[in-house]
Amino acid sequence: MTHKQEPVKGTQGDVTTADHAKSWFYTDVVKDHFFHPRNFMHDDAQEGEYNAIGKVGSPACGDELRVWMKVDPTTEKITDFRWKTFGCGSAIASTSMASLMVTENGGMTLESARKLKPQDIMERLGGLPQRKFHCSVLCDKALRDAINDYYRRSEQFDKIIVEASRIIDPISKVTDHDIEEAVLEGAHTLELVQQKTKVGIGNPGCLPAVEELIRFYKEKYFG
Amino acid sequence: MNREVYLDHAATTPTHPAVREAMLPYLGEKFGNPSSFHGVGKTVKDDVDHARERIARVLNVRADEILFTSGGTESDNLAILGYARMNQMQGKHLITTSIEHHAVLETMMHLQKKENFEVTYLEPDRDGLVTVAQVEGTLREDTILVSIMYANNEIGTIEPIAQIGNMIQKWRDVHKRPVLKFHTDACQASEYLDLNVEKLHVDMMTLNGSKMYGPKGIGLLYVKRGMKLEPLQFGGSQERSLRPGTENVAGIIGMATALELAQTDRENETQRLVPLRDRLIKGIHSSISKTRLNGHPTIRLPNNVNISIMDIEGEALILYLDAQGVSASTGSACTSASLDPSHVILALGLPYEVAHGSLRLTLGRSTTQEDIDYVIQILPPIVEKLRSISPVRVDEKYFA
Repeated sequence: MTHKQEPVKGTQGDVTTADHAKSWFYTDVVKDHFFHPRNFMHDDAQEGEYNAIGKVGSPACGDELRVWMKVDPTTEKITDFRWKTFGCGSAIASTSMASLMVTENGGMTLESARKLKPQDIMERLGGLPQRKFHCSVLCDKALRDAINDYYRRSEQFDKIIVEASRIIDPISKVTDHDIEEAVLEGAHTLELVQQKTKVGIGNPGCLPAVEELIRFYKEKYFG
Repeated sequence: MNREVYLDHAATTPTHPAVREAMLPYLGEKFGNPSSFHGVGKTVKDDVDHARERIARVLNVRADEILFTSGGTESDNLAILGYARMNQMQGKHLITTSIEHHAVLETMMHLQKKENFEVTYLEPDRDGLVTVAQVEGTLREDTILVSIMYANNEIGTIEPIAQIGNMIQKWRDVHKRPVLKFHTDACQASEYLDLNVEKLHVDMMTLNGSKMYGPKGIGLLYVKRGMKLEPLQFGGSQERSLRPGTENVAGIIGMATALELAQTDRENETQRLVPLRDRLIKGIHSSISKTRLNGHPTIRLPNNVNISIMDIEGEALILYLDAQGVSASTGSACTSASLDPSHVILALGLPYEVAHGSLRLTLGRSTTQEDIDYVIQILPPIVEKLRSISPVRVDEKYFA
């Protein structure tokens, strides 16, 4: 006996485009990059073939990303950008898009590549589901890691920017980065951020700074 | 040309044509309110009573022991909150397992956090089984309720409910603790397992229409006679005032038909699906390297396949399968609203990587051998593609 439902026309097997922010579904551009990823590293890199590499994440947390870059030493422009990622649809698509953005029109300079923000990538993708923002934050981080690696290898140590996180609450050792993560995970009020990070519990003096950071990251990621 | 292969029957089943047929009059001319005193209402009341009796016959219980609810989640909530709150003067200790559905788990956690109950979460073995001895070892003089699922919705492992129920019954008599009761969430069991309450020795049992080719928005809670529950909502005398509100008449009729069909066909369906399930498991294992079957190899639902495929992430896999017409699901964090990976797979003592790469395929009445062979055919190239863009190489020792 069979009683299959009639497939709905137009959405069959489709990762449908949808506009609302909480949707699970991806835009056509995201889909395109997800099903046809650009510039990924097919084979293992040969020693010396790339002059910068970067890495972020771990498989345990659900996303890991590695990037390989070729930088022209005279112009300091990115001429090739390859990647591998263990991650969901938006991680794959956002990395693929980022690889296009840094290499198109003759390649980005390292200085402008460093300024590439997650929302620039997201804009090109036509948006991502809200709770998936942190996935594309990963690829700009891997890019900056690779940029530092290039400067390290070319011995331009003064150009290396270490993104040390700043301790906001010395009691709980919560950093600005922890607060950024909490906001990205959806904690948009002081109370919710405190639930996630314990910041300022036992040290209320730091709370104004915490609230300022929450506002900053909310605007940065959620407009 | 793409096939359409629905392999997510543990999420929900399509409505059986006979169920739809049975429901239609109640979406049309039989619109009366069963509580009314006129003929229009009376005929509907008779039909609801009759449906309750049909269900009672299948479960081998009395009709007045069936409470209709809005589904599995509500039944679990009513069983646990209702019983624990009503009987807390006699003890505040509850027992469950760490692999329950969230409808049980979060209800337990609520009682623990907000209402001062103490809860023991039993850890299953690596195949997802809890033992009678394990349950017995945690029973205490102040234990009032044990809630253990009949079969797990993610990994398909079937728990020894009848044996646990038997032990609890004896323990209750020996220790003179009639307040100690046993609840089971049987939502995933209804298509394949024996629901005879007398054999299962359960005091409360949750069932859900939408997992048995019945409609969504209807469920039931079997509650043994004489047990006292505190209602979760107020405002009417329906369902013995334990679940007031005008009855979901079409849902009730549909569920009665669905349950009868399920229990009539369950042995045939089991015989038909077990070889298909095992064909799928074998096919995936032999065509893809670094895979792991989650859940017990044989003590599992006839329709459940849960396999972790290392070095790739579940959401990406689901989307690629969907693009080729196959509907499946995963325990990966990326597809859950909370971005947490499957608590069930983690509770088996397996690492995060295994949860992130898990693929659940659940078979059903429409599933054919051609469907299974289609999945076995399209899955390896998808995995190969995703592995080619993945930097991760999980060591065998982590998932063996």
